[in-house]
Amino acid sequence: MTTTRTPAAEARAGDPARRRPRRRIDWGRLFTWAVLAWLFTPVAGMIVFSFNDIAGRQNVTWQGFTLKWYGQAFAYPDLNAALLTTVAVGVLTMLIAGVTGSLLGLALGRHRFHGRGATNLVMFAAICAPEVVLGAALLSLFLTTDVTTGFVTIVIAHVMFTISFVAITVRARVMTLDPRLEEAARDLGAGPWTTFRLVTLPMLFPAVMAGGLLALALSVDDFIITSFVGGETTTFPLWIWGSTRVGIPPQVNVMGTLIFAVGVLLAIVNIVLARRRS
Amino acid sequence: MATSTHEGPAPHPPTTAREGPAAIGLEGVVKTYRSGQETVAAVRGIDLAVHQGEFFSLLGPSGCGKTTTMRMIAGFEEPTSGTVRLAGRDVTGVPPDRRDVNMVFQSYALFPHMSVADNVAFGLRRKNVPKDEVRRRVGEALDLVELSGLHRRRPGRLSGGQQQRVALARALVNRPGALLLDEPLGALDLKLRQAMQIELKRIQREVGITFVYVTHDQSEALTMSDRIAVMNEGVVEQLGPPAQIYERPASRFVAGFIGTSNLLSGTVTTGVGEYARVEFDGIGHVLVRTDQTSGSAVDVTVRPEKVHIGADEPAPGMSRLRGTVGEVVYLGASTHYTVVLANGAEVVVFRQNSSDASNAAERGDQVWLSWRPDHSYALPR
Ligand SMILES: Nc1ncnc2c1ncn2[C@@H]1O[C@H](COP(=O)(O)OP(=O)(O)OP(=O)(O)O)[C@@H](O)[C@H]1O
Ligand SMILES: [Mg+2]
Repeated sequence: MTTTRTPAAEARAGDPARRRPRRRIDWGRLFTWAVLAWLFTPVAGMIVFSFNDIAGRQNVTWQGFTLKWYGQAFAYPDLNAALLTTVAVGVLTMLIAGVTGSLLGLALGRHRFHGRGATNLVMFAAICAPEVVLGAALLSLFLTTDVTTGFVTIVIAHVMFTISFVAITVRARVMTLDPRLEEAARDLGAGPWTTFRLVTLPMLFPAVMAGGLLALALSVDDFIITSFVGGETTTFPLWIWGSTRVGIPPQVNVMGTLIFAVGVLLAIVNIVLARRRS
Repeated sequence: MATSTHEGPAPHPPTTAREGPAAIGLEGVVKTYRSGQETVAAVRGIDLAVHQGEFFSLLGPSGCGKTTTMRMIAGFEEPTSGTVRLAGRDVTGVPPDRRDVNMVFQSYALFPHMSVADNVAFGLRRKNVPKDEVRRRVGEALDLVELSGLHRRRPGRLSGGQQQRVALARALVNRPGALLLDEPLGALDLKLRQAMQIELKRIQREVGITFVYVTHDQSEALTMSDRIAVMNEGVVEQLGPPAQIYERPASRFVAGFIGTSNLLSGTVTTGVGEYARVEFDGIGHVLVRTDQTSGSAVDVTVRPEKVHIGADEPAPGMSRLRGTVGEVVYLGASTHYTVVLANGAEVVVFRQNSSDASNAAERGDQVWLSWRPDHSYALPR
């Protein structure tokens, strides 16, 4: 380069104004931040108002900063009970829907069997059907079969509507699995169960984990179906809905913030584990 | 390179290895796939015996049933009829994990969530081999394939050639009765492929394990094998050592599939001493050893490198044909001529470019082709 510099090139190289790159707007980056802001603003609002120093029960305008609600986080016994119910239902749903949904996904992704098409159809129907319809249908089912609605029926309903999400997540992963891997394990002397334990399951684990967390999140969130099949049992979302008429206490924001913190923590753990695996 | 345990002569030299039952025996093996209404006959009836310690190749075009045959030996498929024997034992119905053979997959099928060492140790751990011995044998196997020092790596972070070696080590470490390799070099580029061919042959000699090698690459099969079974449409067309397959193809298919071969269709006329004479009117004749009687239609074969091309009339007692040079392709070490006969048939001739000889013929020249009668074979039609 340097040996064949023309005078014109010399002049251009010497001109600093020409060499400075033009400042370009990075639209991709801008859009990413805009979406993140869109997603995070309501959560930020919830967190901020958990520190709001209000006098009455109306937590809608900013009054000043306080930490006292964190000190009195568990001041409402029935709110505590509702939160406990929600956590218990969520964990049970995660376990039951996680295991059965994963097995369902494995079967749908790996094997051809009678009723495979029908199973797929029912799964998508369960996802697409409006929750109000599902809730009403479940309630009339429980009423006609004389099942007392309550904790157990909530768990049954939650497992029913989350299982499809788990199955679809796991099935997608199963379809990308090379069946030769399992054959290789068999070839090297592993029986069917050992092959599943040492090869299939570890390869599916990220999807099983994601499916399980999805089921947990959906269950903790659910309001509509729960309101139909809950009977006397009150969950966290139901309690909040009930309290809107008299004003939502800041304790709700505190618990929401804590739940959010746990979610973030789980997400971070998942990412770290995935990093270490790859 | 080799560790102390692998030095010295191979534990099972091929000369003494032919005793006892065959490592693998296939008896009348048929495999039919049923997909919906139609049935696919992947393997139509195979009988063969692979000797202990042998490098045996299954060679054939795509879709001829090589993989299916291999999968029946490994136990991933059951034959529709017929018997598979391993070391003399009928293994029909025995699942893959209880057969004393190991497979190297074309896609390698390494476990991505395990390190190289754990991949290689997988088979030994299933057999509850003591920890110390596992560590020692995994080390030896990785030394053998020249991958020492990569124990902790994940397969995803290895090159294609290295993954191939891990797959080989993972199978070899179990010291199986036979190793099944399904186009193991198919995914490698030409250079690496050729290096691995030599490497595989060396490893096979060192460990002395029976290798069954599937390939559709005839040069690969010819260079590596002790014996080759040439397959076509679910049957074995010919089985024998490479030289025999190459020099004496038993069918039109084998002659066409292995290397380049000239096939000329004619009719046996008279016998000339120990040879029959196949006459081509106005072109010449081919002398060939055959038990076909006068008047029967035959295809005669001759390899391009066996044919002499020149302007002078050949000596008596040689096969001789007259024709016109069509194409001349100079390839450095050799020149390839395509000679067109008066009846329209083409004969391909390879000629070494030695320093003394000038160009034997130009395009358009009238030439004589000649070769020794022993270089032709007659295939009945
Ligand atoms: N699972 C299966 N179901 C139906 N047909 C099959 C199945 N596996 C193989 N076939 C058919 O059987 C025949 C032989 O297949 P195979 O895989 O053994 O061929 P191959 O010789 O290994 O070919 P390639 O060199 O392309 O690997 C093919 O016609 C193939 O379409
Ligand atoms: Mg194949």
